[in-house]
Amino acid sequence: MKLITAIIKPFKLDEVREALIEIGVHGMTATEVKGYGRQKGHSEIYRGAEYIVSFLPKVRIDIGVSEELADQAIEAIMRAARTGQIGDGKIFVTPLERALRIRTGEADSNAL
Amino acid sequence: MSKLHAAAAAFLFACLASVPARAETAAKIDSADTAFMIAATALVLMMTLPGLALFYSGMVRKKNILATMAQSLIATAIVSLLWGVVGYSLAFSGDGAYVGDLARVMLHGIGVETVSPLAKTIPEILFVAYQMTFAVITCALVGGAVAERMSFAAFSLFCVLWLFVVYVPSAHWVWGGGFLQKMGLLDFAGGTVVHINAGVAGLVAALVMGRRQGYGKENLSPFDLSLAVVGTGLLWVGWFGFNGGSALSAGSRAVFAIVATHLAACAGAIVWSALEWIQRGKPSVLGVISGAIAGLGTITPASGYILPWHGAVIGLAAGFVCYYMCTFVKHALKYDDTLDVFGVHGVGGMLGTLLAGVFATREITVSADDPGVSGLLEGDVHQFVVQAIGVGVTVLWCAIGTFIVLKLVNLLTPLRVSTEEEREGLDIALHGEALHQ
Repeated sequence: MKLITAIIKPFKLDEVREALIEIGVHGMTATEVKGYGRQKGHSEIYRGAEYIVSFLPKVRIDIGVSEELADQAIEAIMRAARTGQIGDGKIFVTPLERALRIRTGEADSNAL
Repeated sequence: MSKLHAAAAAFLFACLASVPARAETAAKIDSADTAFMIAATALVLMMTLPGLALFYSGMVRKKNILATMAQSLIATAIVSLLWGVVGYSLAFSGDGAYVGDLARVMLHGIGVETVSPLAKTIPEILFVAYQMTFAVITCALVGGAVAERMSFAAFSLFCVLWLFVVYVPSAHWVWGGGFLQKMGLLDFAGGTVVHINAGVAGLVAALVMGRRQGYGKENLSPFDLSLAVVGTGLLWVGWFGFNGGSALSAGSRAVFAIVATHLAACAGAIVWSALEWIQRGKPSVLGVISGAIAGLGTITPASGYILPWHGAVIGLAAGFVCYYMCTFVKHALKYDDTLDVFGVHGVGGMLGTLLAGVFATREITVSADDPGVSGLLEGDVHQFVVQAIGVGVTVLWCAIGTFIVLKLVNLLTPLRVSTEEEREGLDIALHGEALHQ
């Protein structure tokens, strides 16, 4: 199993969700986060006081998937979240040791 | 027969003679004026609650939003009560040159038929209430300059003392029959009494208390400017009661004041945002609302003495001058007037009071018991000189009075919260509450 963490542009969330449903990923956690990478922040000016805002709003999604779905899921996120502009985000993939569904106690791939 | 004729004639004469006397008593309180002034009083109170509370809290950081609202709330509560106790009497009763008398302490002697010689067609109790809302907003305005760092206890105490040391004398001098009014100063709705006083007090308080932690280094940007936009709308509409109501009657003069006021707000908004657009590349929402408030504050002293197009010109001048004051001069001088009370209200108040001496128009200022006045534009230099004296006296008294009040408050409680409290935010530190959005 893999844990896929993707940082994407906030307005891309719905497209990514639809792309993942199409390949059979039925669940995710989304969090509003702030961060920066190559896309440096922007400046804001309030009555002549200028502030550089480095941290930009992004959405982070976390999904757990089986080994066989992992590549497809990564590809789906890449396709749906990409605009080609700087600031499209990143995908991190980590091995997932266990997964449990709290209500039923089902484990691992049955819990995803 | 002739005796009878004489008696009849005498009777008729007595009847006729008594008609004007009775008519005068009956005409004292006018229903239309009273209705209009009740509405105007409500509009001006709405300027502080929730207008100013929203306008100010929308420009501070998230951790200080409730504390900033608390300043407007407590100013309203404290100043209103003190106004009834003795504030009104000292400002608007008696005709001393420098301060009123104690005849109206605890509103003593005010009955349903009583009228003030300063507002002859409305119940005196309504005049009390209307003027009360002016005292309230002036004290509340000062809070913006020291937002995000003044303690609630110190601000509350400041309101108590400042009302009597600065506001009450100033209101008496300009509106209550004091020496500036006798000198002929034109201040229709409070360029000196409200805006210069609030602005200069704000500047003095900001200088005495010092800059906020992180000023010039950290990001101190507003958390929710949309609150400030809502507040601006309420202030703008409320200003119709502020300037229109200062006619103290429901007539043409009130409407002329309202139209000039609105045009000034529009011109100020356009000029400020246009300057930003040209110089910074984008017209900011904060710029639009700042320009509107600058226009409104600046038109205030002139509003009831001028023609509508003068209002637009005054608003234009306000947008220009206040923009440079807030975006360049303030940063060059490095004082931290948190919400630009001086840059907008202080400077706008001075500019507007001087411009009243430029644009005052005889056609508008003339009335049955007033020959009217002319400003520079109609060739009279005298009025402009009087306006300059009014500005000078107000600035001087307010600066000294505010400084003394701050020092007195500081003897009883520290003006500023501790560094830790300021870092944590005044909402939690002073009020034990926080926003959770």
